[in-house]
Amino acid sequence: MKYLDEYHDPDLAARLLDEIRDIVTQPWSLMEVCGGQTHTIIRNGIDQLLPDAVRMIHGPGCPVCVTPLEMIDRALAIAARPDVIFCSFGDMLRVPGSERDLFAVRSQGGDVRVVYSPLDAVQIARDNPDRQVVFFGIGFETTAPANAMTVHLARREGLRNFSMLVSHVLVPPAITALMESPTRQVQGFLAAGHVCAVMGMREYAPLVERYRVPIVVTGFEPLDVLDGIRRTLVQLEEGRAELDNAYPRAVSMDGNIPAQAMVRDVFTTVDRAWRGIGLIPDSGWALSERYADFDAERRFDVSTIRTQESAVCRGGEVLQGLITPLECPAFGSVCTPRGPLGAPMVSSEGACAAYYAFRRLDAPAGAGHGGGP
Amino acid sequence: MCLGVPGRVEAVWDAGGTRMATVDFGGIRKEVCLAYVPEVEIGDYTIVHVGFAITRLDVESAQQSLRLFAEIGALDDEFATDVLEHQRPDDDRPGPSR
Amino acid sequence: MSGEPLDIEGWTCPAPLRDSPTVLLGHGAGGRLTAELVEHLFVPALGGDATALADAAVVDVDGVRIAMTTDSFVVRPRWFPGGNIGALAVNGTVNDLAMVGAVPLYLTAGFIVEEGLETEELGRLSAALGAAAREAQVQVVAGDTKVVDRGHGDGVYITTTGVGLVPAGVDIGPTRAQPGDAVLVSGPIGVHGVAVLSVREGLEFGTEIRSDCQPVSSLVADLRTAGIDVHVLRDPTRGGVAAALNEIAGSSRVGVEVVERAIPVPDEVRAACGFLGLDPLVVANEGKLLAFVPEHQADEAVAVLQANPRGAGAARIGRVVAEHPGVVVARTGIGGTRVVDLPLGEQLPRIC
Repeated sequence: MKYLDEYHDPDLAARLLDEIRDIVTQPWSLMEVCGGQTHTIIRNGIDQLLPDAVRMIHGPGCPVCVTPLEMIDRALAIAARPDVIFCSFGDMLRVPGSERDLFAVRSQGGDVRVVYSPLDAVQIARDNPDRQVVFFGIGFETTAPANAMTVHLARREGLRNFSMLVSHVLVPPAITALMESPTRQVQGFLAAGHVCAVMGMREYAPLVERYRVPIVVTGFEPLDVLDGIRRTLVQLEEGRAELDNAYPRAVSMDGNIPAQAMVRDVFTTVDRAWRGIGLIPDSGWALSERYADFDAERRFDVSTIRTQESAVCRGGEVLQGLITPLECPAFGSVCTPRGPLGAPMVSSEGACAAYYAFRRLDAPAGAGHGGGP
Repeated sequence: MCLGVPGRVEAVWDAGGTRMATVDFGGIRKEVCLAYVPEVEIGDYTIVHVGFAITRLDVESAQQSLRLFAEIGALDDEFATDVLEHQRPDDDRPGPSR
Repeated sequence: MSGEPLDIEGWTCPAPLRDSPTVLLGHGAGGRLTAELVEHLFVPALGGDATALADAAVVDVDGVRIAMTTDSFVVRPRWFPGGNIGALAVNGTVNDLAMVGAVPLYLTAGFIVEEGLETEELGRLSAALGAAAREAQVQVVAGDTKVVDRGHGDGVYITTTGVGLVPAGVDIGPTRAQPGDAVLVSGPIGVHGVAVLSVREGLEFGTEIRSDCQPVSSLVADLRTAGIDVHVLRDPTRGGVAAALNEIAGSSRVGVEVVERAIPVPDEVRAACGFLGLDPLVVANEGKLLAFVPEHQADEAVAVLQANPRGAGAARIGRVVAEHPGVVVARTGIGGTRVVDLPLGEQLPRIC
């Protein structure tokens, strides 16, 4: 694929890795914010290739990991209703709620369908006028314009049997929360490239200033991620803290203006309780009053659901980089990808799932140090 | 959260007031909404996330990034060659090792 | 988050299925969940060695080694680019027999038809099944038909039994992989899975990809004729190459190392997996085989496969090692290392 395959070139990757090894003189902890970037790192073995001094903390940029537990439970309640066709991105089907996941709901009779795009859910609504079709609108700012346009189109078409369960989360408040934490570990950030393609880079300048931390907007292919890491390390080694763009082919300072206008119209900013992290003020988007009639939360009256997070899961501390999965007592015993207690074990980007795959390779005595798990 | 892949716009049409396109990803064709990238035309590349084009891919910028990667370490290679040849005259293997 | 010491003993439970009171779709996906269902529910009831399950059983009847297999076909949609459930039923069964080195001979075909299915479609499926049987050089010798109430059957399900003969001297099975063996694949992977996804509701996309549904028994015969000492054969169907390699690594108690750049993946499969967020290694195949052969015969075996039109694109993709028994490791495109795990259940497109 053009403009994709070129960023997998092994010779160029070797050059970037060599450069990284040459410039690093002391230990650094970096965080890649986006789950897609974590996926690239694990999938290509980048964390194994980096020098031991560079620690990648896998950030909370994975909607699977951080979608609030109450929202998952609401989704499960709606999906279980016989009159509903519940449509979702594939990522969410295995996420455990307080008691079960969407797969289990399907097994018990719920009509749960995986779609690629929210527009597919709208088509299902058109094709099934006698059923209520609900779309699980999760994701970060990257996905919000798609969900916003979908609600906008449904309203324009007068599609009365369609509604959306919205649970968007925002990156800048998460970075703020991480940097405000007294136990913070992160010294440099790889910002999420496609979030910035939509929202632009301006929101990150104040974070660089306030926390004196380098933020490098980074793409998703192996060379992009390596270059993002390299640029961040160069800044750290030189004692600089600046906003940098390592993904200029997709990201500009202003971002996508029409997309920003649509999300401002369709969504409103709310507080969100990030699973495993806790409440972060003004860190989420919900449907605005103007679009309240398409809000599945109101249509199906599920706001009073009570949640029960596993008392054992320490996924929140993992998400913040405070512990590695190996330090969690439940890791690999009661909590495995087969029976996850928390979200970071479910998602292939989740730190716990990534560590679980690799622990089978390490000798028991050698696990958990250096650049790899 | 950002699985977005670049594809080439092959055809553009209007669907009830919304601009749509057929985008080709290396042989796979998908219907994509272009509402957010009014400047994108047939032949352009765009990054698509869950059925929506979110940005026009800057081709010049893409090529420049690749050129920069190729230049990384190039100067170091030259320097290292001189250093190694000077330090190990009895090594019959020229050039730096990777 | 609790800071108290954890009583892990109180959490352990001998039955890993206790948290799944109903059967999940993932239990049929050919990955970890399926393995659990087989190991903890079926095998205890039916008997057998859970660690040595092969594609077909080889039984001795008065000195003659007969291979037997059973299979069920539930694919949706019933018609997909390059194939249909009828052809799939024949080739899937024939290939299971071939994977234990047997010459496939006879098939049975049972149809469970949903009330309301167009008779004309049933006719077309049967014709396709018959044509596939002739092409695979097997005979359908027995059948059965049942009709279930409307709403209870997905159109039609097909179940088969296959019977073949294992030639003397052939000993192929999942426990026979040895350190030093070469791992071969008979052609490009991920084709069938992508073809089916391309017409599945909610994910449809335009593609020229057609399923690779075909019998591979002639490839197995060619290897035998050439005198290749094949240790293991496996057709990587549900769960893809990843599931197949993990199962063999587990059964033989060996490690497997593959080189990603050596694994043939068609550009369109790569592109489809790219925009859906799938790993080609976990996508289903229906006309491919993996072969574990001694290192000194690897090049010859690849040439033998490539000489057969059904083995176009065959390649060596890795090797068997003594280290990390039961674990499959891949050298990634940029020279890193990753563990290729047994897929959990359904393969899901992701946005992340």
